[in-house]
Amino acid sequence: MKTSTMIKETDAKEATTNACKLCTPLGASLAFKGVKGAISLMHGSQGCSTYIRRYLISHYKEPIDIASSNFSEDTAIFGGGANLTQSVKNVIRQYEPELLGISTTCLSETIGDDVPMILKRVRMEDTERKFPPIVHVSTPSYTGTHADGYVAAVKSLVDSLAVARETDAENAPVNVFPGMYSPADLRYLKDILSDFGLNYRMLPDYSETLDGGPWTTYKKIPEGGISVEDIASMGSARASLEFGHVTRFGETAATLLSTRFGIPAYALPMPAGVKATDRLFDILSEFSGKPVPEKYRKERERLLDSYVDGHKYTFGARAVIYGEEDLVAGMFAFLTEIGVIPVLCASGGTSGRLAETIESLTPEGFDDEVTVMQAADFGEIEQAAMDIKVDLFVGNSKGYSVSRKLGVPLVRVGFPIHDRVGGPRLHHIGYRGCQELFDRIANAILERRQEESGVGYSYL
Amino acid sequence: MSTFSPLKEREKQIYMKGEAPFDMTCDTKSAAGSVSQRACVFCGSRVVLYPVADALHLVHGPIGCAAYTWDIRGSLSSGPELHRKSFSTDLREKQVIFGGETRLYRSLTELIDRYEPKAAFVYATCIVGIIGDDVSAVCKKVAAEKGIPVIPVHSEGFKGTKKDGYKAACDALGTLIGTGDTSAIGKISINILGEFNIGGESWIIENYYKKMGVDVVSVMTGDSRVDKIRKAHGASLNVVQCSGSMTYLAKMMEEKYGIPYIRVSYFGIEDTARALYDVAAHFSDRPDIMEKTKALVHDEVSVIHPEIKKYRAYLTGKRAAIYVGGAFKAFSLIKALKSLGMTTILAGSQTGSKEDYEILKDMCDDGTVIVDDANPLELSKYIVDKKADLFIGGVKERPVAYKMGVGFCDHNHERKIPLAGFEGMVHFAREVYGTVKSPVWGLLKNER
Repeated sequence: MKTSTMIKETDAKEATTNACKLCTPLGASLAFKGVKGAISLMHGSQGCSTYIRRYLISHYKEPIDIASSNFSEDTAIFGGGANLTQSVKNVIRQYEPELLGISTTCLSETIGDDVPMILKRVRMEDTERKFPPIVHVSTPSYTGTHADGYVAAVKSLVDSLAVARETDAENAPVNVFPGMYSPADLRYLKDILSDFGLNYRMLPDYSETLDGGPWTTYKKIPEGGISVEDIASMGSARASLEFGHVTRFGETAATLLSTRFGIPAYALPMPAGVKATDRLFDILSEFSGKPVPEKYRKERERLLDSYVDGHKYTFGARAVIYGEEDLVAGMFAFLTEIGVIPVLCASGGTSGRLAETIESLTPEGFDDEVTVMQAADFGEIEQAAMDIKVDLFVGNSKGYSVSRKLGVPLVRVGFPIHDRVGGPRLHHIGYRGCQELFDRIANAILERRQEESGVGYSYL
Repeated sequence: MSTFSPLKEREKQIYMKGEAPFDMTCDTKSAAGSVSQRACVFCGSRVVLYPVADALHLVHGPIGCAAYTWDIRGSLSSGPELHRKSFSTDLREKQVIFGGETRLYRSLTELIDRYEPKAAFVYATCIVGIIGDDVSAVCKKVAAEKGIPVIPVHSEGFKGTKKDGYKAACDALGTLIGTGDTSAIGKISINILGEFNIGGESWIIENYYKKMGVDVVSVMTGDSRVDKIRKAHGASLNVVQCSGSMTYLAKMMEEKYGIPYIRVSYFGIEDTARALYDVAAHFSDRPDIMEKTKALVHDEVSVIHPEIKKYRAYLTGKRAAIYVGGAFKAFSLIKALKSLGMTTILAGSQTGSKEDYEILKDMCDDGTVIVDDANPLELSKYIVDKKADLFIGGVKERPVAYKMGVGFCDHNHERKIPLAGFEGMVHFAREVYGTVKSPVWGLLKNER
C-alpha cells in the first residue's frame, strides 16, 4: 500500500482546535459504570465531574452520577486529603455503593496528592464504618486521552480486586475486556459468549447501567454491571480476551493477570468487519470446544450476501474515519473489506501506534493512498480533508461541522453521538455490527446519489 | 423504596414552605462527595463570554475544559462564528513540569495570526495557577505585539464557585468597556446585559427596543462584538437579565461611568412586558416611548394569546419542578407557569442568594420545596413525592425527569429554541404542552 503516513508528534503544534479526544477521567468514569453497584468519585474541581456527566448524559441519555471531592482554594494549597476523606464518607453514606471508583484529575495530580495513602488513612481512622472496596485510578488529563483512562481504570479494577482461587479448569471463566463499545455491542457480545455456552466475566459491563428502562422508584445506582465478586474471580480464569490493541499496550488488565496468575492473554483487534469477527468466533469456538452456533453462521451468511448486493455502491467511496484509535483501526479493517477507501484515518490518540496498526491491517491488493493522523484535532482533519476528495465521514457527532462544511454525509459511529437519538443502541462489532454499519453506509451513499440526481428516481 | 435522606451538610439548603422557619443557607461550596449539578469557576466565565463571536477564546490547560465546552450552546451569531470553535493549549506533562507560558504564547500568536480576532480571551484553568504560569504577563506581551486586547480570565476551577467565574468574566469585559468611541450614541440608549442570544433571543428583544425607539448599544454577550462592548459605556441605562452573572458588571459600570441599571427578565408575558415598561419609564421625558411600548405589548400579546389559551386549557392544574442555574430565572418561570395554569412544587437553583430564596418562598404555595445546589437524589425524591408533571432544568436534570416518567423542558444554554419575549413564551408553552401531553407517559404506567 502507498501510505503517506503523516505522523504527528504530540508536541509539534501548539494550540489544539476542536479536539478529537476527551480527557482521561471521562474514560475512567465510563469503565466504573460497568461495575455493579459502583459509584464514581472524581478527585478535583466540581467542574470536572459536572462537565463529564453532561457529556456522558448527552450520549447515553441516562442518569449518570459522578461525585466530586470539590476542591477549593485551601484544598489546592494544603492538599486534597481532607476533601477526599469527607467525600469518600459522604458518597458512601448517600449511595451505599458496592464499589467506589476514584479517578484523579489534572489538579489533584499536579498538587501531588498521594491518593492511596489518603485512602489508607480514611480506613484506619474510621474502623467503625464498613467501607466497600475502593479502587483508585490515576488519570491526569495532561496525559493520554479518554480511551487511555478507560483502559487504565479497567486495569486498576483487576489489579485491586482479582485474586487467585482454586477452580476446576473446566468451569474456570473466560475473562473478556471489551473496548469502549456501545451498550448494545456489549449485550450482543454477552449473547455470543452465552450462546457458546461459555462461563465468562466481562469487564466493564455497562450494557444495562447505561441503557436501561424507565423506573418507578429512583435508583441511586442503576442495576447491571459485573459484580465485585465476579471481578475477584477473574484471577482464576482460564484465559483473558482483550480487545483493542492500539490503546491497550504495555501492561494491561490481561497482561497483568497473565503475569500475576499465569492466565493466558489474547490480544484481539476490535471485532469490526468479517475477518476480525471470524477471528473472535474461532477463538470462542476453541475455548468452548463447540462449533459456531447456527444463528451466527446465518448472520454471517446474510452479511456476506448483503456485501455482494451492495458492493457497487460502496466500492471506491473515499472516507474519512476518526475517533479513538481502536475504533479508527476497526473501521479501517471493516471499510477496506467493502471497497471503501479510508483516505484519512485520524485520532486524537497519542499512542504512536496507529500508523503501524493500520499498515498491518491493510489487505492484500489495496493500492490507495491513506493518510494517518495521530494526536490530530478537527482543525487538522478539516484541513486534510479539504485537500483530498472525500465522499463520506465515519465517526462521532463531533465531526458533523466538518462533514457539513464539505457537504458529505456523516455516518455516526462510536462516542459521542450528541445529535441523534439511539447512540447507545448502535452496533459496531460482530456480524450484526457489521451488517448495521454496512447498511447505513451503503444507504448514506445511495441517499446522496438520489438527492444529487436531477431525475429523482424512486427505484435505484 | 428509596431510603434516601439529604446529607447533613445540606439540610439547611433545603426548605419546605410552611413547615419550618425560613433559615436557608446558600452561597456555600458544594459538599465534598455530593453530586452537585453545579460546575466551576471556569464554567461561569465561559458561559458569560462564550457568545462574543469575533473574539478568540483560548482555554489554557489540559484538553478537558475546552473539549467539554465546544459548541454546546445555542448562542447564535449574525456574523462571525469564531466563538463556536474550541481552542486549547492542550497542556501535556512536559508543560506541567516546565511551565506552559511558552506554549500559551505560541498558541496565542499562532491563532491570532490565523483568525485575526478583534480580541482574545485567555481562560486560566485549574492547574495554571498551580504550575505558576504568569498568564497576565503573556497576555500583555501578545497584546503589545499583535495590537489587539488579549485579556486574561482568571477562572481556575477551584477558586470559588460558578459565581466567581461570572465575576472574572465581568472583569474581563470591564477591561474592554470604555475603550471605544461613544460620540455617535444618543441619549435614548441601553445595554442589554445577561442576554446570550440562545436561539436568537437577543434578536427578539432587540427588535422590541427598536420598535420602542430605544437604541441598543451593546448586548452582553449575545451576538456581541468586541467593538460594541468597547462602546458600552456610552449607553444611558443598563438593563440586566440573568442578574446572577451580570449585576456585578452593572454595578461596576454604575460606579465607573455613572450608568444606572435595572433588573429585568424576558421570560413570560408578565415579566417581558414589565421589562419593556421599566425601560420606557426610565426615559420618562419621552412619553412617546411609553406609548409605543404599550402598543407593542398589546400587539404582541394579542398575536400569541389564542395559542397560549389552547395550551392553558390542557395544562391547568399540572405541577412543575424548576431547577435552574440562577434564581432570577426561577422567579420568571414560576410566573410563566402560573399564566399557563400550572403550580410550582419545587423551585431551586445552583447559585441563588439568600434574598433570592426569600423571594422564591414568598412566590410559592405552601408545601413547595425550595432548594439550593441540589443533587440528582434530592431532585428525584421531590419530583416523585410532589407528583410533578414537568421538570424545567438543563441537560443534567433531563434524565432524572425522564427516568421517573416526568416531562421535561430544557431552559438552559444548550437549548436551540428561543424562550424569551412574547414569541418565546409561545415556544415555551408549546414545549411544555408537548412534553406533558405526550402519550408516552401513559405507556410507562402499564407495567407488565
